[in-house]
Parts: sequence; structure tokens; C-alpha cells
Amino acid sequence: MYTQSLSIPDGEAKGPRKVENPDYLAEFNAKIDAGGFIEPKDWMPEAYRKTLIRQISQHAHSEIVGMLPEGNWITRAPSLKRKAILLAKVQDEGGHGLYLYAAAETLGVSRDELYEALLSGKAKYSSIFNYPTLNWADIGVIGWLVDGAAIMNQIPLCKCSYGPYARAMIRVCKEESFHQRQGYDLLLQMMKGTEEQREMVQDAVNRWWWPSIMMFGPHDKDSVHTDSARWGIKRISNDDLRQKFVDATVKQAEVLGVSLPDPALKWNEARGHYDFGAIDWDEFWSVVGGNGQCNVDRLAARQKAWDDGAWVREAAIAHAEKHSVRQQQAA
Amino acid sequence: MQKKEWPLWEVFIRSRNGLDHKHCGSVHAPDATMALQVARDVYTRRLEGVSIWVVKASDIVASDPDAKPELFDPAEDKIYRHPTFYQLPDEVNHM
Ligand SMILES: [Fe+2]
Ligand SMILES: [Fe+2]
Repeated sequence: MYTQSLSIPDGEAKGPRKVENPDYLAEFNAKIDAGGFIEPKDWMPEAYRKTLIRQISQHAHSEIVGMLPEGNWITRAPSLKRKAILLAKVQDEGGHGLYLYAAAETLGVSRDELYEALLSGKAKYSSIFNYPTLNWADIGVIGWLVDGAAIMNQIPLCKCSYGPYARAMIRVCKEESFHQRQGYDLLLQMMKGTEEQREMVQDAVNRWWWPSIMMFGPHDKDSVHTDSARWGIKRISNDDLRQKFVDATVKQAEVLGVSLPDPALKWNEARGHYDFGAIDWDEFWSVVGGNGQCNVDRLAARQKAWDDGAWVREAAIAHAEKHSVRQQQAA
Repeated sequence: MQKKEWPLWEVFIRSRNGLDHKHCGSVHAPDATMALQVARDVYTRRLEGVSIWVVKASDIVASDPDAKPELFDPAEDKIYRHPTFYQLPDEVNHM
């Protein structure tokens, strides 16, 4: 799934900005302005490195935490076919997390540091995963809306200025289309079912619509990370991406036969876009701040996985070390 | 509790026979056998490869980005190494 188009400050110490070597900085800026890529060992300003570490790791954490709400339904999938599909999707999300952690590590942080920042609550992840998955239709709606919003956000990142991040995003985007389509397909099937099933779909849409459009992050006028645009990390603004998503989704809802829970949603001929209602930013910030329905559960689940896996990590490395000593002795 | 990270391995994949192995990312694994298994799960879930190489990241020797000018600029003024340097009569220019 994905990064909140936000890259929320992680509460790191705000010191004075480092003074950079002007020659290096000029060369760096010229490279960015020419649309070039920055690679791991190239010189880069400290603030660029920090912004990338924060954004890529938040993105990675989102993929990993994002496995939980859907993983919740794997054992209760209604058919073997749907179970296989959901397993593959959740496995993809795990893979996305791993591509992204690897990209972040090229900036000089270790995997353990990144993971510890997630577990301690210092690093954020997308707030969408702090909502619960209450019924099977939620799985379809997550694929359709949440992965759909993620795709909108991620496609421009394939051209971001940091090479390893851009390459990871190309791989991620290739896989996301399956996620969205399987979700929509699941919902189409439910809509052909009983009245009760159709109600489940509508109920899930009602609950996920607003959190989904919040995924694009605060309005442009309230956004803090303006450097990201100058550095070619973020190429399309939050509001533009959100608008694109709303415009694309209206038709999809119509074909599916559900309504979107926003009475203010209507076509604006003059703008050539759909207008939509005001977003409840208090809810957004409250969920980001740790007060969503599932924040505590999500982190507890990650912590448990980390703790329960500790003996495996230790045993595997001990085995590898013993083996390599033996090999050296034999040689 | 010990705190030792599994080493990092760079992963190279041949997408099909006839093509080179190409770098695609990295994984953490305690040893080469597991690095191959993890790379398979992480990077080839959809027939992306027919062969995988893993190399311990610490064993890779890389050129210094600051040495780019010394290493790579000299080629820039040797344009006579390129076929387009030679202007031939139109009738034979497809040579
Ligand atoms: Fe993903
Ligand atoms: Fe996804």
C-alpha cells in the first residue's frame, strides 16, 4: 500500500540547518534541475537525506503495518480462490515494505534502527491502517479505494529524484494494479449477491471513503514539506492527487452500484472536476496522533512479531557463524 | 539479548535466458542459502527471473563517486571512437 502523501514530521530534534559546501550544493541542484537522479554514494545535502529517510521509512512501515487489517481476513476468506488472492496481495505488501526498507538503508540507516523507530512510535505510518476491517466487503473496498489512492500517490514517485526510491516504486506500482482490480472484482461479485451483501458493500464504502481521501494528506496550503517539491521527491501536490482520485472514483462507484457518502459531491462544469465536501481534519490528526481505533493493536502486533522472531534471528545468525568458522578451519 | 543484524546481500536477477543478470535490490539474510531463498520470495513472485545471484554487500568494491571526472571524463574528448565522427559520402554513409 503506501505512504500517506504526507511524510509527517517524526518529531526529530529541530536544530539549525547544516551549512553545506556551496560547490557541492550547486552541482546537486543542477543535477536535480536537469531532471537527473541522485544515487546512494553521491553527495547530497543533509536535509535531502533526512527527508528521504523519513519518507521512505514511513512508506515502508505503512506497507508492513498495512498487512495487518487484511491479514485479519485470510483465514475467513469465503472461498479458496479469494483466500489465495488475498494471501498473494498481503505477501506483495510485505514485499513492498522490504523493497522500501532496502532503499532507505542505502541512505546510511540500518534496518534495525528503522524498525525500532516504528515500534517506539517515533516513526509514523499511514493513518488509514488504524481503521478496523469489520466485514468481508472491507477487503474489497480496501483494494478498490485504499490501494487505488495509493496508486495515485505512488505513480509520480516512480520519477522521484532518488534512484533507489524511484526504482523501488516502479516495482511496487507494477504490483498495485492487481491489488485494486481484485478488490473491485470482489465487490462486483458481492453486488450480484443478496440484498444483505449489497448492504455490506455500501456500509464498507461509507466507512472507508473519507479515510481514503485523507490518505493524500493535508491541503497544500497547510503542507509543511515544501522542500520535497524543489528536490523532485514530490512532483504532484496533495490536493491535485486527491482531485484526480475523486474524479476517477465517481464513475467506478456508479458502475459498482454504490453511493459515495458525501452529499456535496457533484460535477463542476466550470472546473471540469468533481467538487467534494470538507474533510474532517480533526479526525485525521487524531488518528495520526495515536487515537485511531486500532493504533494500539497495530503496534502491539508488530512488537509481538518482532519479539517472537528474536530467537529465530539469533539462531540463524549463530548457525551461519558456526558454519563459516568450520568452513575456514576445513580450508 | 544480542543485537546483531543479519548481513546485507545485493540481489541480481536474470529475467530470462539471453539477458544479463541485473541488480534489483537487496535483502538481509544470515547466510548465502537463506539470502537466495529470501531474494526469491521478495523479488521473483511473478516470473521475474530464471536465475538469481546474491553477493554480500560488504564484498562489493565500488568506484568512488568523487573520482567520476578522472575515471569517466577522458572518454568525452575521444569522439573519434564513435562511428558518427566520420563523415562519409552519402552513397556509402550507411556503412
Ligand atoms: Fe503496497
Ligand atoms: Fe497494495
